[in-house]
Amino acid sequence: MEIFINLAYIVASVLFIFGIKMLSSADTARRGNQISAIGMLLAVVVTLLNNGLDFTWIIAGLILGAAIGGILAKRVQMTGMPELVALFNGFGGLSSLLVGWAEYAKDPTFGSAENPIFTGSAVVFAILVGGITFTGSLIAYLKLSGKMGGSATVFPGQKILNALVFLALIVCGVIFVMNPVSSWAIYAVIGLALTLGILGVIPIGGGDMPVVISFLNSFSGIAASAAGFVILNNVLIVAGCLVGASGIVLTVIMCKAMNRTLGNVLFGGFGAAGGKAQEVEGEMKPLSTQDAFYVLEAAQSVVFVPGYGMAVAQAQHAVKELGEILEQNGAEVRYAIHPVAGRMPGHMNVLLAEADVPYEQLCEMDDVNPTMETVDVAIVIGANDVVNPAALEDENSPIYGMPIINVHQARTVFALKRGQGAGFSGLVNTLFFRENTRMIYGDAKATMTDLVGQFKG
Amino acid sequence: MELILLIFVFVIAAFLGFELIQRVPSQLHTPLMSGSNAISGITMVGAIIAAGSVGGDIGKWLGFAALVLATINVVGGYMVTDRMLGMFKKKGK
Repeated sequence: MEIFINLAYIVASVLFIFGIKMLSSADTARRGNQISAIGMLLAVVVTLLNNGLDFTWIIAGLILGAAIGGILAKRVQMTGMPELVALFNGFGGLSSLLVGWAEYAKDPTFGSAENPIFTGSAVVFAILVGGITFTGSLIAYLKLSGKMGGSATVFPGQKILNALVFLALIVCGVIFVMNPVSSWAIYAVIGLALTLGILGVIPIGGGDMPVVISFLNSFSGIAASAAGFVILNNVLIVAGCLVGASGIVLTVIMCKAMNRTLGNVLFGGFGAAGGKAQEVEGEMKPLSTQDAFYVLEAAQSVVFVPGYGMAVAQAQHAVKELGEILEQNGAEVRYAIHPVAGRMPGHMNVLLAEADVPYEQLCEMDDVNPTMETVDVAIVIGANDVVNPAALEDENSPIYGMPIINVHQARTVFALKRGQGAGFSGLVNTLFFRENTRMIYGDAKATMTDLVGQFKG
Repeated sequence: MELILLIFVFVIAAFLGFELIQRVPSQLHTPLMSGSNAISGITMVGAIIAAGSVGGDIGKWLGFAALVLATINVVGGYMVTDRMLGMFKKKGK
């Protein structure tokens, strides 16, 4: 029986591999997800075939978990997707922590383990990574859902405190591995890991969330892999490791899109780079929706550039409506999406897909930039840093070197913005002061609806 | 020996994971993340074993809690990913 179970685990691992592979291509993504779900089902079913299991709590746990997960997944609005993904991710991390802890609780000396030091280390590692994943994701969830301020929380001595907590964590971990009977050490590891997750994520601002979420995603995989080493189970090791690696790949993609290193994102220093930003010349020129309408009516080529502001204003449906009307009016309409626009990797794509924008119209930064000079109107909807020309021109700017969508090269730029203040990162956006830029103030959704109304009327 | 084998498996899987996805179109970033997030719920296999153990009260309760959390992660993760991918439609389908 055990051989059969292990063979089934190998099949499940293969299904995960195919699933992840297929998830990275548009045509196969949905099937890929289903294949990986089948792999999961297989792994769970054969695990239930293990001898000597008491099913009472297993069945209760499966029903309860499936019900909660199912309801959350069905109910969530697409705008609430980033925080839900963060929450699920945190649950996965906590689960790995608990699996490690449970193994210790059952056999506090690891007497039955082949190598007690190895198993002890694996327990510490599962708890450490799982704990950081849990509270880190929870903070990310609170920030993304607006239950907690999105800006970075920084205080003096923060880095030293974090380093001390990490050091204490390692020390307690080593004490525990050397002498597993000293149970206080493992509780200390649990507490410190949970604390480190909180401390690690609070100094990271909302604009860097895409990096943090993909990084925590990778962490949850590594935690599962560590739990696999605790219970010596190959499917946990393989699946967890695959997730860990793919999460790192995604993290690197996000960092490249911001031209920053992972260390720079995680350990802050954003905005603290020093140096004086260049003086901005010119002034912001407001435009009424009425005048915007006349320009748009004559436009042959229009590019929408959405950002987090579109998500906040829930403007995606209104944007899509305007896009359709412009198309009927004979214009070529595209949506240019920066890799780190929004609060989660691919955030804007999800929102626009929800609004039924066909994905042929969704363009990546590298495809749209070369054509920017032929664009009549670029409409920036609640995006800021990702269209800030200072990233190209001002060597003193903290975002210098970050690839941006070159909307400033378009003939006309409409920037939709709530008010006149600086953006989220606190940086002045030189785009807004350019000769070819017009500011349309107000709620993005109201502005869009207004423009749609003018076309219809 | 078994430990060495498991570490071997881990290392190979890491390389495989890095090779598997290199260029991901940005529209798939979210589904890839939430889909792989669901896979990380594989820890529910460990949770089932812990929750189903006979005796060892604390371990069992910890296992039960782990199982509920992992199942939320798995079921919710796959469903939400499927919902999202269902929305990515081609024009005039």
